[in-house]
Amino acid sequence: MSYIHIENAGKTFTENGQEFTALSNVNLDIEKGEFICLLGPSGCGKSTLLNAIAGFDLANKGIVQIDGKDVVSPSTKNVTIFQNYGLLPWRTVIKNIELGLESKGVEKSERREIANKYLKLVKLENFADSFPRQLSGGMKQRVAIARALAVEPDIIFMDEPFGALDAITRMKLQDDILDICKNEKKTIIFVTHDIEEAVFLADRIVVMTPNPGKVKGVLKVPLHHFRDRTSGDFLLVRDKIFDLLNMKTEENIEYNI
Amino acid sequence: MKKLISIRYVVVSILLLVGLWQLAFIISDYSEALFPSPLMALQALIEMILDGTLLLSISASMYRFVIGYGLSVIIAVFLGLILGSLPKVFNYVNPSLQLLRPISPTAWMPFVVLLFGIGDLPAIVIIFIAAFFPVLLSTVSAVLKIDDIYFRVADNFGIRQPALMWEVILPAAFPQIANAIHLALGSAWIFLVAGEMVGAQSGLGYQIIDARNNIRADILLATIFVIGVIGLLLDFLIGLAEKKILKAWGGEQ
Repeated sequence: MSYIHIENAGKTFTENGQEFTALSNVNLDIEKGEFICLLGPSGCGKSTLLNAIAGFDLANKGIVQIDGKDVVSPSTKNVTIFQNYGLLPWRTVIKNIELGLESKGVEKSERREIANKYLKLVKLENFADSFPRQLSGGMKQRVAIARALAVEPDIIFMDEPFGALDAITRMKLQDDILDICKNEKKTIIFVTHDIEEAVFLADRIVVMTPNPGKVKGVLKVPLHHFRDRTSGDFLLVRDKIFDLLNMKTEENIEYNI
Repeated sequence: MKKLISIRYVVVSILLLVGLWQLAFIISDYSEALFPSPLMALQALIEMILDGTLLLSISASMYRFVIGYGLSVIIAVFLGLILGSLPKVFNYVNPSLQLLRPISPTAWMPFVVLLFGIGDLPAIVIIFIAAFFPVLLSTVSAVLKIDDIYFRVADNFGIRQPALMWEVILPAAFPQIANAIHLALGSAWIFLVAGEMVGAQSGLGYQIIDARNNIRADILLATIFVIGVIGLLLDFLIGLAEKKILKAWGGEQ
Protein backbone atom coordinates (compact mmCIF):
# COMPACT_ATOMS: atom_id res chain seq x y z
CA MET A 1 0.00 0.00 0.00
CA SER A 2 1.10 3.53 -0.65
CA TYR A 3 2.68 5.78 1.98
CA ILE A 4 -0.31 8.10 2.36
CA HIS A 5 -3.60 6.41 1.63
CA ILE A 6 -6.85 8.34 1.37
CA GLU A 7 -10.03 6.47 0.56
CA ASN A 8 -13.52 7.98 0.23
CA ALA A 9 -12.50 10.67 2.69
CA GLY A 10 -15.01 13.45 3.41
CA LYS A 11 -15.65 16.23 5.85
CA THR A 12 -18.99 17.75 6.76
CA PHE A 13 -19.71 20.61 9.14
CA THR A 14 -23.00 21.40 10.79
CA GLU A 15 -23.62 25.09 11.06
CA ASN A 16 -26.91 26.51 12.42
CA GLY A 17 -28.49 23.08 12.00
CA GLN A 18 -27.51 22.92 8.32
CA GLU A 19 -25.09 20.35 7.03
CA PHE A 20 -22.32 21.65 4.82
CA THR A 21 -19.99 19.43 2.84
CA ALA A 22 -16.45 20.83 2.76
CA LEU A 23 -14.89 17.77 1.24
CA SER A 24 -16.48 14.88 -0.53
CA ASN A 25 -15.28 11.46 -1.57
CA VAL A 26 -11.53 11.98 -1.96
CA ASN A 27 -9.40 9.08 -3.16
CA LEU A 28 -5.69 9.69 -3.31
CA ASP A 29 -2.48 7.74 -2.86
CA ILE A 30 0.84 9.45 -2.28
CA GLU A 31 4.25 7.82 -2.36
CA LYS A 32 7.21 8.63 -0.16
CA GLY A 33 9.29 11.53 -1.47
CA GLU A 34 6.59 12.91 -3.74
CA PHE A 35 5.89 16.63 -4.04
CA ILE A 36 2.12 16.96 -4.24
CA CYS A 37 0.28 20.21 -4.86
CA LEU A 38 -3.36 20.55 -3.87
CA LEU A 39 -4.61 23.18 -6.30
CA GLY A 40 -7.96 24.88 -6.58
CA PRO A 41 -9.98 28.04 -5.93
CA SER A 42 -11.08 29.00 -2.43
CA GLY A 43 -13.74 26.73 -0.99
CA CYS A 44 -12.54 23.68 -2.89
CA GLY A 45 -11.52 21.92 0.31
CA LYS A 46 -7.76 21.89 -0.32
CA SER A 47 -6.91 23.19 3.14
CA THR A 48 -9.54 20.92 4.66
CA LEU A 49 -7.86 17.96 3.00
CA LEU A 50 -4.44 19.11 4.20
CA ASN A 51 -5.67 19.51 7.77
CA ALA A 52 -7.26 16.07 7.62
CA ILE A 53 -3.93 14.47 6.61
CA ALA A 54 -1.93 16.62 9.06
CA GLY A 55 -4.33 15.68 11.86
CA PHE A 56 -5.51 19.15 12.90
CA ASP A 57 -9.13 18.72 11.77
CA LEU A 58 -9.86 15.08 11.10
CA ALA A 59 -12.03 13.84 8.24
CA ASN A 60 -15.33 12.44 9.48
CA LYS A 61 -15.87 10.07 6.58
CA GLY A 62 -13.65 7.49 4.92
CA ILE A 63 -10.05 6.55 5.60
CA VAL A 64 -6.95 8.74 5.98
CA GLN A 65 -3.81 6.76 6.71
CA ILE A 66 -0.11 7.51 6.87
CA ASP A 67 2.25 4.57 6.75
CA GLY A 68 -0.67 2.19 7.35
CA LYS A 69 -1.91 3.98 10.49
CA ASP A 70 -5.07 6.07 10.81
CA VAL A 71 -4.40 9.78 11.34
CA VAL A 72 -5.85 10.78 14.73
CA SER A 73 -3.80 13.82 15.77
CA PRO A 74 -0.91 15.99 14.58
CA SER A 75 2.34 14.09 14.78
CA THR A 76 5.78 15.46 15.54
CA LYS A 77 6.98 13.36 12.60
CA ASN A 78 5.06 15.60 10.20
CA VAL A 79 5.35 19.35 10.33
CA THR A 80 2.94 21.96 8.98
CA ILE A 81 4.05 25.34 7.63
CA PHE A 82 1.34 27.99 7.71
CA GLN A 83 0.65 30.98 5.49
CA ASN A 84 1.12 33.38 8.42
CA TYR A 85 4.36 31.62 9.42
CA GLY A 86 3.37 30.53 12.95
CA LEU A 87 6.62 31.81 14.42
CA LEU A 88 6.58 32.56 18.14
CA PRO A 89 7.19 36.34 18.28
CA TRP A 90 8.72 36.18 21.78
CA ARG A 91 11.51 33.89 20.62
CA THR A 92 14.52 34.82 18.56
CA VAL A 93 15.01 33.22 15.16
CA ILE A 94 17.42 30.60 16.49
CA LYS A 95 15.14 29.79 19.46
CA ASN A 96 12.22 29.42 17.07
CA ILE A 97 14.15 26.87 15.06
CA GLU A 98 15.04 25.00 18.26
CA LEU A 99 11.40 24.81 19.31
CA GLY A 100 10.68 21.33 17.97
CA LEU A 101 13.97 19.96 19.28
CA GLU A 102 13.18 20.99 22.86
CA SER A 103 10.23 18.67 23.29
CA LYS A 104 12.22 15.89 21.64
CA GLY A 105 14.68 16.17 24.52
CA VAL A 106 17.69 17.07 22.38
CA GLU A 107 20.51 18.48 24.51
CA LYS A 108 21.11 22.21 24.51
CA SER A 109 24.44 22.32 22.69
CA GLU A 110 23.24 19.83 20.10
CA ARG A 111 20.04 21.84 19.64
CA ARG A 112 22.04 24.94 18.84
CA GLU A 113 24.22 23.02 16.42
CA ILE A 114 21.25 21.60 14.50
CA ALA A 115 19.45 24.96 14.48
CA ASN A 116 22.55 26.69 13.10
CA LYS A 117 22.85 24.12 10.36
CA TYR A 118 19.32 24.75 9.12
CA LEU A 119 19.62 28.48 9.61
CA LYS A 120 22.54 28.33 7.21
CA LEU A 121 20.52 26.20 4.80
CA VAL A 122 17.88 28.94 4.51
CA LYS A 123 20.66 31.58 4.32
CA LEU A 124 19.70 33.50 7.45
CA GLU A 125 22.82 32.89 9.55
CA ASN A 126 23.17 36.63 10.18
CA PHE A 127 19.73 36.82 11.78
CA ALA A 128 20.05 34.19 14.51
CA ASP A 129 19.35 36.64 17.34
CA SER A 130 16.74 38.76 15.54
CA PHE A 131 13.11 38.58 16.54
CA PRO A 132 10.51 37.60 13.91
CA ARG A 133 9.04 41.12 13.78
CA GLN A 134 12.39 42.39 12.51
CA LEU A 135 12.25 40.12 9.44
CA SER A 136 10.46 40.45 6.11
CA GLY A 137 7.67 38.03 5.19
CA GLY A 138 9.94 35.94 2.99
CA MET A 139 12.58 35.67 5.71
CA LYS A 140 9.95 34.68 8.27
CA GLN A 141 8.77 31.88 6.04
CA ARG A 142 12.37 30.72 5.59
CA VAL A 143 12.68 30.54 9.38
CA ALA A 144 9.49 28.46 9.48
CA ILE A 145 10.98 26.15 6.85
CA ALA A 146 14.22 25.81 8.83
CA ARG A 147 12.22 25.09 11.98
CA ALA A 148 10.28 22.38 10.17
CA LEU A 149 13.39 20.76 8.69
CA ALA A 150 15.23 20.83 12.05
CA VAL A 151 13.06 18.06 13.49
CA GLU A 152 13.74 15.94 10.39
CA PRO A 153 10.10 15.26 9.59
CA ASP A 154 8.87 12.58 7.20
CA ILE A 155 6.22 14.82 5.68
CA ILE A 156 6.04 18.60 5.41
CA PHE A 157 2.60 20.11 4.97
CA MET A 158 2.48 23.59 3.51
CA ASP A 159 -0.74 25.59 3.62
CA GLU A 160 -0.40 28.36 1.04
CA PRO A 161 3.00 29.17 2.53
CA PHE A 162 3.87 31.87 0.02
CA GLY A 163 0.37 33.35 -0.26
CA ALA A 164 1.23 36.49 1.71
CA LEU A 165 4.44 37.26 -0.20
CA ASP A 166 5.02 39.46 -3.22
CA ALA A 167 5.47 37.77 -6.61
CA ILE A 168 9.26 38.11 -6.81
CA THR A 169 9.92 36.88 -3.28
CA ARG A 170 7.50 34.06 -3.92
CA MET A 171 9.40 32.83 -6.99
CA LYS A 172 12.67 33.04 -5.08
CA LEU A 173 11.24 30.92 -2.29
CA GLN A 174 9.79 28.46 -4.80
CA ASP A 175 13.31 27.94 -6.16
CA ASP A 176 14.65 27.52 -2.63
CA ILE A 177 12.01 25.08 -1.48
CA LEU A 178 12.48 22.94 -4.59
CA ASP A 179 16.25 22.83 -3.96
CA ILE A 180 15.88 22.06 -0.29
CA CYS A 181 13.28 19.39 -0.83
CA LYS A 182 15.20 17.53 -3.49
CA ASN A 183 18.26 17.49 -1.24
CA GLU A 184 16.41 16.53 1.95
CA LYS A 185 14.13 14.03 0.20
CA LYS A 186 10.93 14.87 2.04
CA THR A 187 7.37 14.11 1.15
CA ILE A 188 5.65 17.44 0.61
CA ILE A 189 1.98 18.26 0.44
CA PHE A 190 1.58 21.83 -0.68
CA VAL A 191 -1.68 23.76 -0.86
CA THR A 192 -1.93 26.60 -3.35
CA HIS A 193 -4.37 28.47 -5.56
CA ASP A 194 -1.57 29.60 -7.87
CA ILE A 195 -1.49 27.46 -11.02
CA GLU A 196 2.05 28.41 -12.02
CA GLU A 197 3.32 27.70 -8.53
CA ALA A 198 1.79 24.21 -8.69
CA VAL A 199 3.27 23.48 -12.12
CA PHE A 200 6.65 24.78 -11.04
CA LEU A 201 6.84 22.72 -7.84
CA ALA A 202 4.82 19.54 -8.07
CA ASP A 203 5.49 16.00 -9.16
CA ARG A 204 1.73 15.58 -9.25
CA ILE A 205 -1.01 18.19 -9.05
CA VAL A 206 -4.32 17.36 -7.41
CA VAL A 207 -6.83 19.71 -9.03
CA MET A 208 -9.83 20.41 -6.82
CA THR A 209 -13.16 22.18 -7.39
CA PRO A 210 -15.70 23.61 -4.90
CA ASN A 211 -19.39 23.00 -4.07
CA PRO A 212 -18.78 20.49 -2.68
CA GLY A 213 -14.99 20.32 -2.41
CA LYS A 214 -13.76 17.38 -4.41
CA VAL A 215 -10.86 16.16 -6.53
CA LYS A 216 -11.45 16.95 -10.19
CA GLY A 217 -8.37 15.22 -11.45
CA VAL A 218 -4.76 14.35 -10.69
CA LEU A 219 -2.14 15.55 -13.12
CA LYS A 220 1.37 14.18 -13.40
CA VAL A 221 3.85 16.89 -14.25
CA PRO A 222 6.28 15.41 -16.79
CA LEU A 223 8.88 18.14 -16.36
CA HIS A 224 12.37 17.70 -15.03
CA HIS A 225 13.76 19.30 -11.97
CA PHE A 226 14.86 22.94 -12.50
CA ARG A 227 11.91 24.03 -14.48
CA ASP A 228 11.72 26.94 -16.81
CA ARG A 229 8.63 29.01 -16.13
CA THR A 230 8.53 30.19 -19.76
CA SER A 231 9.17 26.92 -21.59
CA GLY A 232 6.63 25.35 -23.92
CA ASP A 233 6.23 22.22 -21.78
CA PHE A 234 5.52 24.39 -18.77
CA LEU A 235 2.75 26.18 -20.61
CA LEU A 236 1.34 22.88 -21.84
CA VAL A 237 0.87 21.60 -18.29
CA ARG A 238 -0.67 24.91 -17.34
CA ASP A 239 -3.05 24.57 -20.22
CA LYS A 240 -4.19 21.14 -19.06
CA ILE A 241 -5.04 22.59 -15.65
CA PHE A 242 -7.08 25.36 -17.20
CA ASP A 243 -8.92 22.59 -18.96
CA LEU A 244 -9.60 20.68 -15.76
CA LEU A 245 -10.84 23.83 -14.03
CA ASN A 246 -13.18 24.63 -16.96
CA MET A 247 -11.48 27.94 -17.45
CA LYS A 248 -11.20 27.72 -21.24
CA THR A 249 -14.47 29.31 -22.16
CA GLU A 250 -13.20 32.17 -24.27
CA GLU A 251 -14.77 30.71 -27.42
CA ASN A 252 -18.21 30.83 -25.88
CA ILE A 253 -18.25 34.43 -24.74
CA GLU A 254 -21.07 36.37 -26.34
CA TYR A 255 -20.66 40.04 -26.92
CA ASN A 256 -23.82 42.10 -26.55
CA ILE A 257 -23.21 45.62 -27.62
CA MET B 1 17.33 66.27 23.99
CA LYS B 2 14.03 64.47 24.36
CA LYS B 3 14.86 63.84 28.02
CA LEU B 4 15.61 67.53 28.58
CA ILE B 5 12.26 68.55 27.18
CA SER B 6 10.39 66.07 29.36
CA ILE B 7 12.27 67.32 32.44
CA ARG B 8 11.23 70.85 31.51
CA TYR B 9 7.58 69.76 31.36
CA VAL B 10 7.83 68.10 34.79
CA VAL B 11 9.47 71.13 36.44
CA VAL B 12 7.04 73.65 34.97
CA SER B 13 4.04 71.48 35.79
CA ILE B 14 5.07 70.99 39.46
CA LEU B 15 5.94 74.69 39.82
CA LEU B 16 2.48 75.60 38.52
CA LEU B 17 0.87 73.26 41.05
CA VAL B 18 2.88 74.71 43.94
CA GLY B 19 2.12 78.23 42.67
CA LEU B 20 -1.62 77.52 42.70
CA TRP B 21 -1.29 76.22 46.26
CA GLN B 22 0.61 79.34 47.31
CA LEU B 23 -2.04 81.52 45.65
CA ALA B 24 -4.83 79.68 47.48
CA PHE B 25 -2.89 80.16 50.72
CA ILE B 26 -2.58 83.91 50.13
CA ILE B 27 -6.22 84.58 49.25
CA SER B 28 -7.88 82.17 51.70
CA ASP B 29 -9.11 83.21 55.16
CA TYR B 30 -8.19 79.95 56.92
CA SER B 31 -5.73 80.04 59.77
CA GLU B 32 -2.18 78.93 58.98
CA ALA B 33 -2.60 75.90 61.23
CA LEU B 34 -5.49 74.58 59.12
CA PHE B 35 -4.25 75.53 55.65
CA PRO B 36 -0.45 75.82 55.57
CA SER B 37 1.64 77.22 52.73
CA PRO B 38 3.91 75.06 50.53
CA LEU B 39 6.91 76.33 52.49
CA MET B 40 5.38 75.24 55.82
CA ALA B 41 4.65 71.80 54.36
CA LEU B 42 8.25 71.63 53.16
CA GLN B 43 9.47 72.44 56.65
CA ALA B 44 7.24 69.70 58.07
CA LEU B 45 8.63 67.32 55.45
CA ILE B 46 12.21 68.14 56.45
CA GLU B 47 11.27 67.73 60.10
CA MET B 48 9.81 64.27 59.38
CA ILE B 49 12.85 63.23 57.40
CA LEU B 50 15.21 64.38 60.14
CA ASP B 51 13.42 62.75 63.08
CA GLY B 52 13.01 59.52 61.09
CA THR B 53 9.20 59.27 61.28
CA LEU B 54 8.85 59.52 57.53
CA LEU B 55 11.22 56.63 56.87
CA LEU B 56 9.38 54.55 59.46
CA SER B 57 6.01 55.27 57.84
CA ILE B 58 7.30 54.61 54.34
CA SER B 59 8.89 51.30 55.30
CA ALA B 60 5.70 50.17 57.08
CA SER B 61 3.63 51.08 54.02
CA MET B 62 6.05 49.57 51.52
CA TYR B 63 6.18 46.33 53.48
CA ARG B 64 2.39 45.98 53.27
CA PHE B 65 2.33 47.11 49.67
CA VAL B 66 4.98 44.69 48.44
CA ILE B 67 3.36 41.73 50.20
CA GLY B 68 -0.24 42.61 49.30
CA TYR B 69 0.39 43.63 45.71
CA GLY B 70 3.05 40.98 45.04
CA LEU B 71 0.93 38.10 46.35
CA SER B 72 -2.12 39.42 44.55
CA VAL B 73 -0.38 39.64 41.18
CA ILE B 74 1.30 36.25 41.48
CA ILE B 75 -1.89 34.46 42.53
CA ALA B 76 -4.10 36.34 40.05
CA VAL B 77 -1.81 35.63 37.07
CA PHE B 78 -1.39 31.99 38.07
CA LEU B 79 -5.15 31.47 38.51
CA GLY B 80 -5.85 33.47 35.35
CA LEU B 81 -3.54 31.27 33.26
CA ILE B 82 -5.27 28.15 34.58
CA LEU B 83 -8.82 29.49 34.21
CA GLY B 84 -8.03 30.85 30.75
CA SER B 85 -6.85 27.41 29.70
CA LEU B 86 -10.03 25.82 31.07
CA PRO B 87 -12.83 27.97 29.58
CA LYS B 88 -15.51 25.51 30.71
CA VAL B 89 -14.45 25.87 34.35
CA PHE B 90 -14.15 29.63 33.91
CA ASN B 91 -17.82 29.77 32.81
CA TYR B 92 -18.77 28.57 36.31
CA VAL B 93 -16.37 30.90 38.13
CA ASN B 94 -16.99 34.02 36.06
CA PRO B 95 -20.45 35.02 37.44
CA SER B 96 -19.10 35.08 41.00
CA LEU B 97 -16.06 37.10 39.89
CA GLN B 98 -18.32 39.59 38.15
CA LEU B 99 -20.35 39.89 41.37
CA LEU B 100 -17.29 40.51 43.54
CA ARG B 101 -15.41 42.76 41.13
CA PRO B 102 -17.47 45.97 41.41
CA ILE B 103 -17.32 45.96 45.22
CA SER B 104 -14.93 48.66 46.40
CA PRO B 105 -12.06 47.17 48.41
CA THR B 106 -12.80 49.66 51.19
CA ALA B 107 -16.26 48.11 51.60
CA TRP B 108 -14.49 45.01 52.92
CA MET B 109 -12.54 47.08 55.42
CA PRO B 110 -14.76 46.85 58.53
CA PHE B 111 -15.22 43.14 57.95
CA VAL B 112 -11.49 42.60 57.52
CA VAL B 113 -10.73 44.57 60.69
CA LEU B 114 -13.32 42.48 62.57
CA LEU B 115 -11.62 39.32 61.40
CA PHE B 116 -7.96 40.26 61.65
CA GLY B 117 -7.90 43.22 64.04
CA ILE B 118 -5.77 46.34 63.62
CA GLY B 119 -2.29 45.89 62.14
CA ASP B 120 -0.57 44.92 58.92
CA LEU B 121 -3.14 42.42 57.71
CA PRO B 122 -6.12 44.69 56.93
CA ALA B 123 -4.05 46.94 54.67
CA ILE B 124 -2.48 43.92 52.98
CA VAL B 125 -5.90 42.37 52.37
CA ILE B 126 -7.29 45.59 50.90
CA ILE B 127 -4.34 45.94 48.52
CA PHE B 128 -4.69 42.30 47.61
CA ILE B 129 -8.37 42.76 46.71
CA ALA B 130 -7.69 45.99 44.81
CA ALA B 131 -5.18 44.34 42.48
CA PHE B 132 -6.65 40.85 42.32
CA PHE B 133 -9.77 41.13 40.17
CA PRO B 134 -8.46 43.33 37.35
CA VAL B 135 -5.31 41.22 36.98
CA LEU B 136 -7.19 37.92 37.14
CA LEU B 137 -9.84 38.91 34.59
CA SER B 138 -7.30 40.47 32.21
CA THR B 139 -5.14 37.36 32.39
CA VAL B 140 -8.10 35.11 31.58
CA SER B 141 -9.17 37.28 28.66
CA ALA B 142 -5.57 37.47 27.40
CA VAL B 143 -5.29 33.67 27.41
CA LEU B 144 -8.65 33.26 25.69
CA LYS B 145 -7.54 35.67 22.95
CA ILE B 146 -4.30 33.84 22.08
CA ASP B 147 -4.11 33.15 18.34
CA ASP B 148 -4.98 29.53 17.61
CA ILE B 149 -1.92 29.18 15.37
CA TYR B 150 0.41 29.12 18.42
CA PHE B 151 -1.50 26.16 19.80
CA ARG B 152 -1.34 24.41 16.44
CA VAL B 153 2.40 24.95 16.26
CA ALA B 154 2.84 23.75 19.85
CA ASP B 155 0.68 20.72 19.13
CA ASN B 156 2.63 19.96 15.97
CA PHE B 157 5.98 20.11 17.75
CA GLY B 158 4.75 18.02 20.67
CA ILE B 159 4.82 20.75 23.31
CA ARG B 160 2.48 19.71 26.12
CA GLN B 161 1.72 20.93 29.62
CA PRO B 162 3.47 22.18 31.68
CA ALA B 163 5.90 23.41 28.98
CA LEU B 164 2.93 24.72 26.99
CA MET B 165 2.07 27.09 29.85
CA TRP B 166 5.54 28.62 30.21
CA GLU B 167 6.73 28.42 26.63
CA VAL B 168 3.56 29.46 24.80
CA ILE B 169 0.58 30.61 26.86
CA LEU B 170 2.36 32.98 29.27
CA PRO B 171 4.53 34.79 26.69
CA ALA B 172 1.66 35.01 24.19
CA ALA B 173 -0.65 36.55 26.79
CA PHE B 174 2.04 38.59 28.53
CA PRO B 175 1.61 42.00 26.86
CA GLN B 176 -2.00 42.24 28.01
CA ILE B 177 -1.19 40.78 31.45
CA ALA B 178 1.65 43.28 31.92
CA ASN B 179 -0.71 46.11 31.09
CA ALA B 180 -3.17 44.92 33.75
CA ILE B 181 -0.39 44.49 36.34
CA HIS B 182 0.74 48.03 35.61
CA LEU B 183 -2.76 49.52 35.95
CA ALA B 184 -3.44 47.50 39.11
CA LEU B 185 -0.34 48.97 40.75
CA GLY B 186 -1.95 52.40 40.70
CA SER B 187 -5.20 51.30 42.28
CA ALA B 188 -3.37 49.13 44.82
CA TRP B 189 -1.35 52.14 45.94
CA ILE B 190 -4.54 54.21 46.24
CA PHE B 191 -6.19 51.59 48.43
CA LEU B 192 -3.12 51.10 50.60
CA VAL B 193 -3.68 54.59 52.01
CA ALA B 194 -7.39 53.90 52.53
CA GLY B 195 -6.53 50.63 54.26
CA GLU B 196 -4.01 52.25 56.59
CA MET B 197 -6.37 55.07 57.51
CA VAL B 198 -8.81 52.57 58.98
CA GLY B 199 -6.95 49.42 59.84
CA ALA B 200 -3.42 50.33 60.92
CA GLN B 201 -1.43 52.31 63.48
CA SER B 202 1.56 52.95 61.30
CA GLY B 203 2.31 53.79 57.69
CA LEU B 204 1.59 56.77 55.47
CA GLY B 205 -2.21 56.40 55.66
CA TYR B 206 -2.11 56.30 59.44
CA GLN B 207 0.23 59.27 59.50
CA ILE B 208 -2.45 61.35 57.73
CA ILE B 209 -5.04 60.43 60.37
CA ASP B 210 -2.49 61.06 63.12
CA ALA B 211 -1.66 64.50 61.70
CA ARG B 212 -5.34 65.37 61.59
CA ASN B 213 -5.80 64.32 65.22
CA ASN B 214 -2.90 66.55 66.21
CA ILE B 215 -4.11 69.35 63.95
CA ARG B 216 -0.82 69.32 62.05
CA ALA B 217 -2.09 70.19 58.58
CA ASP B 218 1.51 70.85 57.45
CA ILE B 219 2.48 67.24 58.21
CA LEU B 220 -0.76 66.05 56.62
CA LEU B 221 -0.10 67.83 53.33
CA ALA B 222 3.56 66.84 53.32
CA THR B 223 2.51 63.20 53.72
CA ILE B 224 0.04 63.52 50.86
CA PHE B 225 2.85 64.88 48.72
CA VAL B 226 5.09 61.93 49.66
CA ILE B 227 2.31 59.47 48.78
CA GLY B 228 2.05 61.08 45.36
CA VAL B 229 5.79 60.95 44.74
CA ILE B 230 6.08 57.30 45.77
CA GLY B 231 3.09 56.41 43.59
CA LEU B 232 4.78 58.11 40.65
CA LEU B 233 8.08 56.31 41.36
CA LEU B 234 6.40 52.91 41.61
CA ASP B 235 4.61 53.52 38.34
CA PHE B 236 7.88 54.48 36.69
CA LEU B 237 9.67 51.40 38.03
CA ILE B 238 7.02 48.92 36.94
CA GLY B 239 6.89 50.62 33.54
CA LEU B 240 10.63 50.03 33.26
CA ALA B 241 10.32 46.37 34.24
CA GLU B 242 7.43 45.92 31.83
CA LYS B 243 9.45 47.35 28.95
CA LYS B 244 12.43 45.19 29.79
CA ILE B 245 10.44 41.95 29.76
CA LEU B 246 8.53 42.91 26.62
CA LYS B 247 11.81 43.66 24.90
CA ALA B 248 13.32 40.35 25.97
CA TRP B 249 10.26 38.68 24.48
CA GLY B 250 10.56 40.40 21.15
CA GLY B 251 7.93 43.12 21.58
CA GLU B 252 8.22 46.66 20.25
CA GLN B 253 10.30 48.84 22.53
